Amino acid sequence: MPVMQRIVKPTTHRSKRALLAREPKLVENTKNALFIKGRKTSGMVVNCMKDLYDIKKPHGKILNRQNDILPFENITPVEEFSRKHDASMFMFASHNKKRPHNLILGRMYDSHILDMVEFGIERYRGLKEFKTQKVSLGIKPCLLFAGELFEHNHEYRRIKNLLVDMFQREKIQAVRLQGLEHALLFTAAEDQIYLRSYRIQLKKSGSRIPRTELEEIGPSIDFKVRRTKISSDDLFKLACKRPKELKVKKVKNISKDTFGTQHGRIHIPKQNIKRLQTRKMKGLKKTVLEKEEQRKQRSVDAKTDIQT
Amino acid sequence: MDVVTKVLEEAAKHAEQFKSIHVEKHLELEYDLGTLLAVDTNDLDLRKIRSKSDRDQYFKDLARDNTQLLLNKIWELPTERVEEAVVAKLPAPTFVLPREKPLPKQKPLTKWQKYAQEKGIMKTKKSKLAWDGTLQKWVPRYGFKRAAAEEEKNWLLPVPDRGDPNEDQFTKKSKIKSENVAKNEFQRLRNLAKAKNVKIPRVGFLSVDKLNSKQLGEVVSVAKASTASLGKFQGNLPKEKRAKNIGPLLPSGRKRKLAPPTPVQERKSNLDILDSILNKKPKLDIEKAVNRSLNTEQQEQSEGTKSQKKGGKRRKGGKKGKGAGKRTGTKPKGGKGIRKPREKTGRKRR
Repeated sequence: MPVMQRIVKPTTHRSKRALLAREPKLVENTKNALFIKGRKTSGMVVNCMKDLYDIKKPHGKILNRQNDILPFENITPVEEFSRKHDASMFMFASHNKKRPHNLILGRMYDSHILDMVEFGIERYRGLKEFKTQKVSLGIKPCLLFAGELFEHNHEYRRIKNLLVDMFQREKIQAVRLQGLEHALLFTAAEDQIYLRSYRIQLKKSGSRIPRTELEEIGPSIDFKVRRTKISSDDLFKLACKRPKELKVKKVKNISKDTFGTQHGRIHIPKQNIKRLQTRKMKGLKKTVLEKEEQRKQRSVDAKTDIQT
Repeated sequence: MDVVTKVLEEAAKHAEQFKSIHVEKHLELEYDLGTLLAVDTNDLDLRKIRSKSDRDQYFKDLARDNTQLLLNKIWELPTERVEEAVVAKLPAPTFVLPREKPLPKQKPLTKWQKYAQEKGIMKTKKSKLAWDGTLQKWVPRYGFKRAAAEEEKNWLLPVPDRGDPNEDQFTKKSKIKSENVAKNEFQRLRNLAKAKNVKIPRVGFLSVDKLNSKQLGEVVSVAKASTASLGKFQGNLPKEKRAKNIGPLLPSGRKRKLAPPTPVQERKSNLDILDSILNKKPKLDIEKAVNRSLNTEQQEQSEGTKSQKKGGKRRKGGKKGKGAGKRTGTKPKGGKGIRKPREKTGRKRR
């Protein structure tokens, strides 16, 4: 007889917390990204990946070993990494004759692959090649997308979604206006995607709104879109499902006028006058006969009430 | 007048060096201020993008304009002052991004929780310490220093009335406790298995003081099937019936189930099937082929002899001896050929 497998409870509070942190949550934490090297890599692609890791930094993890993985042929080892490190995004660098300077961007849902895009690096200027002041670490960038491909092409639309997911950092409720320092521009034209990174300088303009000037800080990469593996619409829709608890309930019958006064509308059902209690007096006291009649009447009333 | 125009001209010249905060676009951008995102769907200047020298400047100008537009929108948002910094409150993001993990599911209730809910039994908070009357001090209900308190309290245990005086009450107590712990663990696992919808094998029979008739029947049935020959040679008592619902306990009742293949295995097996179809070569079983050729030879030979016989001997009316051949409706006689007990032969039985 097969022995029932013992399900081990976490023994320490720390491990319990670690397991809890990995469980599905209503409001999710920021997605972590893994940076993986393939069997063979080129200096260019590794530097490029490191630069992107710098952009992603507190929420990224770089794996230094070389792995004999081909994500487009067999994704399971990457999924295994993702499960192990609790990171749902990944970047995979490889280099071979057929696909030189190859960088794969992908993301997981429920530790299974959702979308994956393969880019070939055509031209690359690293972060260090620009001798300028850099932006502070961990800052939320302004994401700019240009090109009608991002809007009209289904594949590019999903790529845009993936890029936003990769570079948007954590969700925030408020932003310090002077802290808007970093802008990332993605331009799509003719099966290429151009990534440019700028530092925003806020200058005086004579009005409240500042005049912006940009300074390129790198990296500056020209990607060529190679293979893609894009999830079906059904799966994507499932992955985008919002929890019911977080949906904002519609407020009914409450309105505000131009002065900011709150108005409420109350709906009151019709009053039953027949059962109204009037003043009690000895002279109006009912006899036994009357009481009997009233009881009958009441039962009839109740029946009609139920029917209506 | 001259001076005024001069100054104005200079100012205009000075202003031209800098870009304005007002940017004109053919199509308006799409913004999502919650994620600090701006999407520009205007046509790009492909000629400039293609030329290597103009490309970077073009992108810089494009980025500046779009950033300016985005910042204009952000500066319109309501602001707050938090610790010497001006902070703009962002609206909720509208750009739909997929989740990392599926929506959290509600944990299924345990058997007790379900029962308590039905009966309306509420959990009451108990203090960690409880007053002990005999020890005259506060004693923890569980955990640290509980065992010490227990030892202090029960240093002597009375033998109950009508109890066995030779029985060790301490071992009895510890046994009861360990059994309780085991039962709790079992129930926890059962709840877990139920929650995860896992079929668990039966764990045989829990130790009960007295088995009822049904349990006894089950035990007998299992015991009988537990021989080396799986109970094949065990006799039956009169009116004995095999207990029901013990299928999974018996070796014959268990079905072997293969684990679902991993993607790699599945892929390999599928490819193997495909290969076997595509690279199909007829297999040559020499023994079979020899047998077949022999068979056909024999048949041919026998056919040849038959035709010879047909040609040579021709029966002329009436029966002649044993080799007269079969006719329909005749009674089969014993020892005449192969017996086929399963097939219908002989007379019709009514």
